[in-house]
Amino acid sequence: MPDATSAAPTDRPTPAQAAAPARPPALSGVPVDQRRAIVVGASSGIGAALVRQLVSEGYHVAALARRAEELDKLAAESEHLGVTSGGRVLTRTHDVLDITAIPTLFEDLVRELGGLDLLIYAAGVMPAMEPREYDTAKDLFTLNVNTAGCIAWCNPAAHLFTSQTRGTIVGVSSIAGDRGRKGFPVYCTSKAAMNTYLEALRNRLSEVGVHVCTIKPGFVDTAMTKGMDGLFWLSTPEEASAQILAAARNRVNTRYVKGRWWIVGTIIKLIPSVVFRRLSI
Amino acid sequence: MSELVTESRPTPTAAPRSDFEFVAGWGMAVGAHARVLRPTDVDQIRACFDVARADGRHLGLRGGGNSYGDASVNEDGHVLDIGRMNRILGFDAETGIADLEPGVTIQQLWREIVPQGFWPRVVSGTMFPTIAGAAAMNIHGKNNYAVGTIGDAILDFDLVRPDGQVVTCSRERNSDLFHAAIGGFGMLGVFSRIRLETKRVYSGDLEVQAISSANLGEMMASIEERKAAADYLVGWIDCFGSGDGIGRGLIHEARYLKPGEDRNPEKTLALAHQELPAHILGFPKSEVWRFLRPICNDLGMPWLNATKHFMGKREAKAAPHRQSHAAFAFLLDYVPGWKRAYGPGGLIQYQSFLPKETAHDVYTEMLRHCQHRGIVPYLGVFKRHRPDPFWLTHAVDGWSFAMDFRVTKSGREKLWKHCAELTEIVLAGGGKFYFAKDLVIDGSAVRRMFDADKLEAFLGLKRELDPEFLLQTNLWRRLFA
Repeated sequence: MPDATSAAPTDRPTPAQAAAPARPPALSGVPVDQRRAIVVGASSGIGAALVRQLVSEGYHVAALARRAEELDKLAAESEHLGVTSGGRVLTRTHDVLDITAIPTLFEDLVRELGGLDLLIYAAGVMPAMEPREYDTAKDLFTLNVNTAGCIAWCNPAAHLFTSQTRGTIVGVSSIAGDRGRKGFPVYCTSKAAMNTYLEALRNRLSEVGVHVCTIKPGFVDTAMTKGMDGLFWLSTPEEASAQILAAARNRVNTRYVKGRWWIVGTIIKLIPSVVFRRLSI
Repeated sequence: MSELVTESRPTPTAAPRSDFEFVAGWGMAVGAHARVLRPTDVDQIRACFDVARADGRHLGLRGGGNSYGDASVNEDGHVLDIGRMNRILGFDAETGIADLEPGVTIQQLWREIVPQGFWPRVVSGTMFPTIAGAAAMNIHGKNNYAVGTIGDAILDFDLVRPDGQVVTCSRERNSDLFHAAIGGFGMLGVFSRIRLETKRVYSGDLEVQAISSANLGEMMASIEERKAAADYLVGWIDCFGSGDGIGRGLIHEARYLKPGEDRNPEKTLALAHQELPAHILGFPKSEVWRFLRPICNDLGMPWLNATKHFMGKREAKAAPHRQSHAAFAFLLDYVPGWKRAYGPGGLIQYQSFLPKETAHDVYTEMLRHCQHRGIVPYLGVFKRHRPDPFWLTHAVDGWSFAMDFRVTKSGREKLWKHCAELTEIVLAGGGKFYFAKDLVIDGSAVRRMFDADKLEAFLGLKRELDPEFLLQTNLWRRLFA
């Protein structure tokens, strides 16, 4: 219940107290330091690296993921990283499939952080898929995590950032969204949808000064690529996170990680469909 | 898990729309995150109270968000934004009585009635406040000395109390609540319908005359002399004027045209005639604030004010001219987003109201004090007022002086200290402040400026209608908690 006593007339300050030198009200949520971030999908890979880097730069970061033990590990590491920078991390277990919980969770986190300047959606799944496998449940799971979860997190952030006329949204998508590949039909679909959604959001928010950055990683050395053959131009999660944050700060629209994947992406997009379907990519 | 896609289609509900956002005062010098609830009917207003109770949060009320300070900011709480209840329920072109949902803006109202030969009795300097916000703040216009505040034009209203009951209030029915809720800054309940009188006009134009004045004394004498005949009077003051020229400025006087004076009223009453210009000196008006940004500082502003003063002298030599109602009334809307010229720290408006006996000396002292401290308002607006029967009214038989101060990150503390010194001068002169503008006074000032009986009666009504103190804002906590 609202605290009735705080407003009761008997609690009003005496004239002597009230005559104390006037001080301006605290600026709640106003960009004093601009260093508050939410990272969704923070337990491993790129997300975890982003949290570590943000904390070591002095950010207050809310790190969200499904796996509590991974988050605990991250929190312990971050405590150490934040000693000199003043950064800190608060962790929450969260499954992005729990879409209805997101608005309230978002609100709680922003209140706890004292504002928000950066939202990073780094949650993503790429379930193993056999050549003749058509599993609708698995496909919808991929779509829900990669696309629906992204939309569900970006929407409240877009609304908040519009009201404060500043803020940055970063979506970690994939180069896989550039074409429909035979190996992972719905993974590619989910990332293509994410790319289009983020582009639309960028166009919608640019007039209020809010930036949306689409990240298209190539191969990154994370759990997702573990055991894959034929990897090349591999980034470590740390390299990826440094490039992602640099892109976000420079207000880059779309950034391949590493940058040279842009060449691959551009060529792949140019290959005619009749040729593309014969390739094993 | 996959049911998320198949079963998450949105369904219409009785719950008000809810968004979590940054809610700032209009002057951008204060703001806080809050969940904003946007009801569309009385049931949803009740639902807002329930949501706040269930979440253990206070509920602050917000109209158009045009109060300069913290009147609709509610840190750690929820905010009820009335803007979606914005239908004009009826307008009687015989009597000029408008029946409005609370979220109708002044803009909607004048656009509805001007082609029918009416104009709102009282409008603010901007057309974007809602009627509910205007009533809750008991706003005034440039004709306050002649027709009073908007409360004086309101016939009756429905108010949703925090317990969910809807009460109709007028001067005869629930008269106490009528006089307390108007000017009650949203602390007693939520307006759900307001009926008010508007004024018959015989032209879409006013006749406007500029009068230059060399100092404050001259301006006050000039306004005093004209106020019996003029329908509107407003003074602009160059706050940088010093010595004999302290309080120098320019008065604009306007009067309604009588029947027959406008040979073509259909044309002037048309909306097309009332629209504000889309371009200023050839630039799209939405971009003009960018040109003000580099001069909105202690070097540029003395120059801009002095230039305006000398241009005003020339303007005053010209014969009276005609100007549309909207162009005369909504000076603040000429340059959209002009507040952004003040920079990221925003601005505060320090508006004080003084009885006619002390006003001249107190305002002169305040201007001198500002110049001595080196914290001078970039814009000064001067008006004549009259008292009204509302319990927490700001209006007096006297004058008001609105001073716009730029807020910067480094100068904030100093500015607040400066304002505290000004407040002491105002209160010693028997002055008052206005909740739609204020961000700087404290609880002791409130007790000194209001009539003690009326203040106690207001707080008594608050305890009775809202015993759990559900309705709160930053302003309430700053001044009454």
